[in-house]
Amino acid sequence: MSGNKLNRRGLLKSGAVLGAGLAMPTIFTSSARAFTNEPTGSNVVLGFNVPQTGAYADEGADQLRAYQLAVEHLNGEGDGGMLNTFTSKVLDGTGILGKRVDYVTGDTQTKSDAARASAQSMIQKDGAVMISGGSSSGVAIAVQGLCQEAGVIFMAGLTHSNDTTGKDRKRNGFRHFFNTEMSGRSMAPILEANYGTDRKAYHLTADYTWGWSQEGSMKTYTEAMGWETVAAVRTPLGATDYSQYLTPVLNSGADVLILNHYGRDMVNSLTQAVQFGMRGREVNGKPLEIVVPLYSELMAQGAGENVRGIFGSANWDWKLQDDGTKAFVKSFGEKYGTPPSQAAHTGYVQALLYADAVQRAGSFNPCAVVEALEGYEFDGLGDGPTLYRAEDHQCIKQCLVVRGKENPTDQYDLLEIVEIVPAERAGYPVDHPDFQGGDLGACNPGA
Amino acid sequence: MTSTKTNDALLFVAVAIAALAAPLILAPFGAGYPDLMQRFAIYGIFAIGFNILFGLTGYLSFGHAAFLGVGSYSAVWMFKLLSMNIVPAIVLGVVISGLFALLIGFISLRRSGIYFSILTLAFAQMSYNLAYSVLTPITNGETGLQILLSDPRVLDGPSNGSLPVTMLFGLEMRDVFWNPTVFGYELQFSYGYYVCALIMLLSFYISMRIFRSPFGMMLRAVKTNQNRLSYTGINTRPYTLAAFVISGMYAGLAGALLASMDPLAGAERMQWTASGEVVLMVILGGAGTLLGPVLGAGFIKYFENILSKINSNTLDGWFAFMPQGMGDAAAWLVSPFVGSGWHLTLGVLFMMVVIFLPGGLMEGAQRIMNLVSGKSRKRAGEATASTPAE
Amino acid sequence: MDAILLQIVNGLDKGSAYAMIALGLTLIFGTLGVVNFAHGALFMVGAFCAVVMDRILRLSTVSVDPTRTDFLGNPLKVETPYVQTWFGDFGATLINYSVPLSILLAIPVMIVVGLAMERGLIKHFYKRPHADQILVTFGLAIVMQEIIKAIFGANPIPQPAPDALRGALDIGLWLGFEANQVIYPIWRFVYFIFAVVLIGGVILLLNYTTFGMVVRAGMADRETVGLLGIDIDKRFTAMFGLAAIVTGLAGVMYAPIVSPDYHMGMDFLVLCFVVVVVGGMGSIPGAVAAGFVLGILQSFSAMNEVKAIIPGIDQIIIYLVAVVILLTRPRGLMGRKGVME
Repeated sequence: MSGNKLNRRGLLKSGAVLGAGLAMPTIFTSSARAFTNEPTGSNVVLGFNVPQTGAYADEGADQLRAYQLAVEHLNGEGDGGMLNTFTSKVLDGTGILGKRVDYVTGDTQTKSDAARASAQSMIQKDGAVMISGGSSSGVAIAVQGLCQEAGVIFMAGLTHSNDTTGKDRKRNGFRHFFNTEMSGRSMAPILEANYGTDRKAYHLTADYTWGWSQEGSMKTYTEAMGWETVAAVRTPLGATDYSQYLTPVLNSGADVLILNHYGRDMVNSLTQAVQFGMRGREVNGKPLEIVVPLYSELMAQGAGENVRGIFGSANWDWKLQDDGTKAFVKSFGEKYGTPPSQAAHTGYVQALLYADAVQRAGSFNPCAVVEALEGYEFDGLGDGPTLYRAEDHQCIKQCLVVRGKENPTDQYDLLEIVEIVPAERAGYPVDHPDFQGGDLGACNPGA
Repeated sequence: MTSTKTNDALLFVAVAIAALAAPLILAPFGAGYPDLMQRFAIYGIFAIGFNILFGLTGYLSFGHAAFLGVGSYSAVWMFKLLSMNIVPAIVLGVVISGLFALLIGFISLRRSGIYFSILTLAFAQMSYNLAYSVLTPITNGETGLQILLSDPRVLDGPSNGSLPVTMLFGLEMRDVFWNPTVFGYELQFSYGYYVCALIMLLSFYISMRIFRSPFGMMLRAVKTNQNRLSYTGINTRPYTLAAFVISGMYAGLAGALLASMDPLAGAERMQWTASGEVVLMVILGGAGTLLGPVLGAGFIKYFENILSKINSNTLDGWFAFMPQGMGDAAAWLVSPFVGSGWHLTLGVLFMMVVIFLPGGLMEGAQRIMNLVSGKSRKRAGEATASTPAE
Repeated sequence: MDAILLQIVNGLDKGSAYAMIALGLTLIFGTLGVVNFAHGALFMVGAFCAVVMDRILRLSTVSVDPTRTDFLGNPLKVETPYVQTWFGDFGATLINYSVPLSILLAIPVMIVVGLAMERGLIKHFYKRPHADQILVTFGLAIVMQEIIKAIFGANPIPQPAPDALRGALDIGLWLGFEANQVIYPIWRFVYFIFAVVLIGGVILLLNYTTFGMVVRAGMADRETVGLLGIDIDKRFTAMFGLAAIVTGLAGVMYAPIVSPDYHMGMDFLVLCFVVVVVGGMGSIPGAVAAGFVLGILQSFSAMNEVKAIIPGIDQIIIYLVAVVILLTRPRGLMGRKGVME
């Protein structure tokens, strides 16, 4: 483990330290290196910080597999995956800037504290120049803050809250995943087409930042098309039994139930809502419908047949037919035997985008990387033409509206793509009121 | 028998040397980086404080994480409002958590045994749930309270576009001031760690004095037989309450230090699992002993941070020296216990320690000492073993 | 009115789960005097019995269907469960009823797990301090849940109720309300009735059999019963097995309500300790009563009208009630003096 520590700091500096020796307690400030963890040997270390314990452990495991695949492809092993379809051709399978890519992994435990401890150890001990990962917005925002302070790049994993690139945006942090605003925008027309404009919606919302963010976006867009919000009820995070929150829905006169829940919360609340006979029950002369704004494959698996026919949004799906997706699904599927989840996709893409930015910038310096990524336009990574917007570091790209499939052929075929919403419609202006109050600040190279 | 005083002095000196030389000692174990060493010291403080309550009086609090959380929140608010200097943050953290402990202790100490434990647990869980949701304006909910560019910071003035860092009169906590290479290990001496280490030593010293004081004797009497004490006409409540508040302040200090090293305060710090963790640290190390809690804290934090980072890649590296098939087999055997399986190792270790070392790690150390010192000093060994390091 | 009625019914099934777990916990505590932190893990093991039963019933032959393809474009592998090939439609019905059938699997499994736990580990901790018991059983709980995670993953695994018991009943109609006002899932009724039968059975066993009489005498004064020449230890071990069965069955039947995942035991653990303590340590009726009371209060606190008055009350109600009860009734609702004080 200490192997890569020997060669990761500047030669200049180790020489100087050796010269000074133990006896002379030179006050050694970090002025010798140009930026935090400048890689000077033959390899470069990336840190993949994903939940490995707790409720999101499976999602984290899938994401980690995708990172390992990305590292393989960057080092020229395997079939190259999306490197072949990526519009930027500077990556040639010889690592990044000729340095072999090494990686370290850590467990966020889906707790901001533990995630920061894990990221700290990657930065301080393993010499990571980039941290990526996370399956929760709270964790992503916390680690993004840490990376900004420490002077490394943070490539956010699965984080869907507006705040990540809204009020908590940071210059050193980038998000490829979509957000609640883009979910709301994408879904509204589909909901209108299927359920009409005269609807009464009842929200059940997980009582934390992401839940509120999702509830806000859904309210904005459903109210804009004429729906009435009957009530928005907060439920404790991690509640296992939602019956006491579900029964008031029945008497409220609402004919749409919107579940702003994620992961296990959504699995349980949806399963129980279906148990209560909510789906299709006659209210106001219309069948009651359930909507789940954010879907993932694992959630669909956990909820089983209860997801059938239920609308939601997704960042990406393995059934997309573009070349990038096909290439990725092929190399992931052949290596691991399952199709990749959207968490895996966003992780893989983020790793590639970072490598590409370094290659184009010609330097690992975070400030150079920031410059290379800001306003960068690319295609071929499974999401259509995409822009890494300079003002807020959010990828503006297509999103998907999906629906639980009625007759799945196998256990992976649970969601069907209803519509691919193009970037022009999913994207939002940078001065959107829900994203104000943040400041990217200056880029921090550390040191 | 040598006097307790000399023994204590020796123990303190040993702890001080170990703490000050930690970057050198811990480097070969992969734990010699500032963040983890700071955590050792901080959770050591937390455990030392908890031990004053649990080790001496036998009152098992299951809600001490609440004080840690309150200390953290107070400290971060100080960074946001006043200054990035850690002194006001630590002072406020200790004071607020002390007041909070006074309130909760006053109510909870009306009951004893498991009823006391459940009362403290209930208060801590209420704090956690509220911090996560309703109190978001104060705690920033799930994301945790962080410092922002737009914070007022009246003493420091406006920031220059990059996030300010915590410091002690200009010494930046995260700064590595000396970076020598010894035996191939790159050592990292940071201000942050030494601040934590010195405060930990001070806390250790205070706890030592409490253990030896008449007040400490009184607390031990509470543990032995509270009824008898009451019959002799002594009101034990003030003593237990004092111990509760002191340990609450220790927890607040630890929380404030945690925020000083890394300015973030998250609600999970108050969850029951966090309260349970400190209980485990103390029991694992040896409840009622001076050094045990520190050892227990280091033990748990080490495993959390080191084991969880071992992945299949690392394992392949370790077993590369073996022939192909054997290496794969070894990696296959080890892999369930590391990486995402690190909890499993922790669970097994808890069980092993409790089953084979009823007095915690301190008893293990005692046994090794006895083995080393040999049979000629067996009698002396027995004499000390009967009163494990008290 | 209908809203209040609904929340009472809601509280009943939640309370059933609390009551059953707390009953198991208090049986172990009352007989053996052990604080068992691995108790939540027993609940989880029970729930996973349902998963295992489902997997057993679905053991399949694999045939290749060349007309369809999987996600990589290879021919799709179609799985046909053995029971279906052997028994046809009856096999399909068996799979459909996998959750109730799991009870047959859960009882022997829970006996084995319970006895292994007691004989193999907890036996050695009777004389040790409660803190040691907590640590060792906590360690055991972690080990058990990590083993489950290693086998089944961390994602919840859906275990639907049988088709016939899947819908909802309109109980409002029976009570004179309008249609569609008070409806309730059938399975939750089944769960409630199951809980009443199980809890009733345990109480009958303890109160009206010689075995139960001896056990209760042992709980009150272990030494005297021992002096009478009765091997009380053996009976207490049996009680541990019984407690494991009760908790495990509570888990099996809960699987359709909350999809089993490896962490569910820990989620219930703290709550059920609170329930036991509120009921009074070592009191069986206390634990049952406290389970139902807290379940119903939790449901009430979630009503929008209540939350409008005190925001966030639904998140802390259990703990708030625990504090109030413990401050007004020092040993919980029905606790005995001198136990764990």
